[in-house]
Amino acid sequence: MELTVLYYLIPSLIMFACGIYGFITRKNLIAILISLELMLNSVDINFVVFNRFLFPGQMEGMFFTLFAIALAAAETALAIAIIINIFRAVKNVDIENLNKMKY
Amino acid sequence: MDYSQFMIMHQEIGLLVVFLLVFLFDTFLSKNVQSKLSVVACVLFGAFTVYSFIQPVEVGEAFAGMYATSPIVGAIKNILNIGMFIVLLQSIKWNNSESQIVRRGEFIELMLLTLFGMYLMVSARHFMLFIIALETASLPLAAMVAFDKKTYESHEAAVKYLFTAMFSSAIYMLGISFVYGLSGTLYFGDIAQQVAGAETDFLLYVALAFVIAGVGFKISLVPFHLWTADVYQGAPTSVTSYLSVISKGAAAFASMVILTQAFGALYSQVWEWMLYALIILTITLGNLFAIRQNNMKRFLAFSSISQAGYIMLGVIANASVGMAALSYYVLIYIFSNLAAFGVIQAIENAKGKIDMSDYNGLYKTNPKLAFAMMLAMFSLGGIPPFAGFFSKFFIFSAALQEGSVAMYVLVLIALINTIISLYYYLLVVKAMFINPNDNPIESFKSHWSERAGLVICVAGIIIIGLVSCIYVCLTDAANVSMMF
Repeated sequence: MELTVLYYLIPSLIMFACGIYGFITRKNLIAILISLELMLNSVDINFVVFNRFLFPGQMEGMFFTLFAIALAAAETALAIAIIINIFRAVKNVDIENLNKMKY
Repeated sequence: MDYSQFMIMHQEIGLLVVFLLVFLFDTFLSKNVQSKLSVVACVLFGAFTVYSFIQPVEVGEAFAGMYATSPIVGAIKNILNIGMFIVLLQSIKWNNSESQIVRRGEFIELMLLTLFGMYLMVSARHFMLFIIALETASLPLAAMVAFDKKTYESHEAAVKYLFTAMFSSAIYMLGISFVYGLSGTLYFGDIAQQVAGAETDFLLYVALAFVIAGVGFKISLVPFHLWTADVYQGAPTSVTSYLSVISKGAAAFASMVILTQAFGALYSQVWEWMLYALIILTITLGNLFAIRQNNMKRFLAFSSISQAGYIMLGVIANASVGMAALSYYVLIYIFSNLAAFGVIQAIENAKGKIDMSDYNGLYKTNPKLAFAMMLAMFSLGGIPPFAGFFSKFFIFSAALQEGSVAMYVLVLIALINTIISLYYYLLVVKAMFINPNDNPIESFKSHWSERAGLVICVAGIIIIGLVSCIYVCLTDAANVSMMF
């Protein structure tokens, strides 16, 4: 069996869809953050696969992936910092607490 | 390596110099000198604004074409500078308040860094540089939204802002990955060439929809606007004013650059109609929700959503005249919205009240603030002698440039919505001037920085619409920029 682009793309898109599903349904801020990470990482897989299979002569996709990983790390660090602030204020990280402002 | 390409980036380098000076001042000088930090930063940034006005910007590119600049890009950076200067000026009092002292420097430094990200955003001609710039512009903003450590709403707003920003950038990057898979490059110019032969490719439509969705989150177009009101309400007022004008203006300009430079060939098949639907939804829903708000910051959030729809009219024009009209609209929007936020901030700092019902009878006690607020509302609504009328006029005429029936319908809808928007803008004026109130906000003297900011904004509202050479300059700059 030969591996083609699709064998990588379909798992990565499933990952992305799981991320969106988790982002919408989870009630815990950390779980939402994990879902977001899933989405960002599936994009990285996409780039690497496109680069490796379709345009093997150049490195643009790989470089994009490297930067995207760094950006995702920065985003996570900031999100954790803000979640810790929330935790200090209300002693848990449920999304139910985020209802002071509505409509 | 050819170092002369750094001279093309003199605006970015100037901004970095300002940032470094502020940073060194904040880190190394003694405690009693540091109380002057906000003022020093303001003066430094003002000097930089003047410098970047004087220094001409020519067409040029750096880093193998990843970064490009041209007169109209230089002009939008100057416009952002003006807005940033006013925001810094208006934040001086809040920034020197008791709770703010320990993190006074960070506020200014983070703000300067986000502005640097926005500079790169409007100059980027490569998707990797663009995504880095976008994150540089939005991540420090999330930290700034959470700046008010004592109030819970600030953290709630920061979580909402950061999570929607991450979600939108993930969607946006997925779209770019599809574009990369189709074209094999991330340069805007090369993508345009590759895309020209593949207009019927369905994957390209999906990719473009994702890209527009990702940018739409930043500009808060309607299906992606849900974070806006909460974040604007929860964030400190200085940060809200920054978010509403500068972040939005830069993102609108950058989206125009992406759509026209990379996807220009798909204009009439795809993104003209996507934007068409988004603009109608944005203007209408923004207006309808603004009517029922009582909190002034929430009210201005929904008003800024509908203003974003008007700004996008310049993008849908897909011509250099649209680019000029967009820059002009952003300039005037900066003055009008910052005047409104300046009044809100002055009252909030002095009395802690931000509800529209608190504003009843404001004219009796604080006539000058009420007058500035009235001018801001008139300008946002587009009443003729003030600047807002001219910006709306130019952006409508830019959208009508092409002359198709669909565009006439779009402008008609936008015009009807202008009338609806007048209703809620005038509600504020009615509250201040007509509604009776037994205990209105007492008369108070606002801080000199707030007064100076308001004077600049009011002068801008009155003068800029009448000085026609500004629009002519922007049109010339857009024409020589060779973007179309």
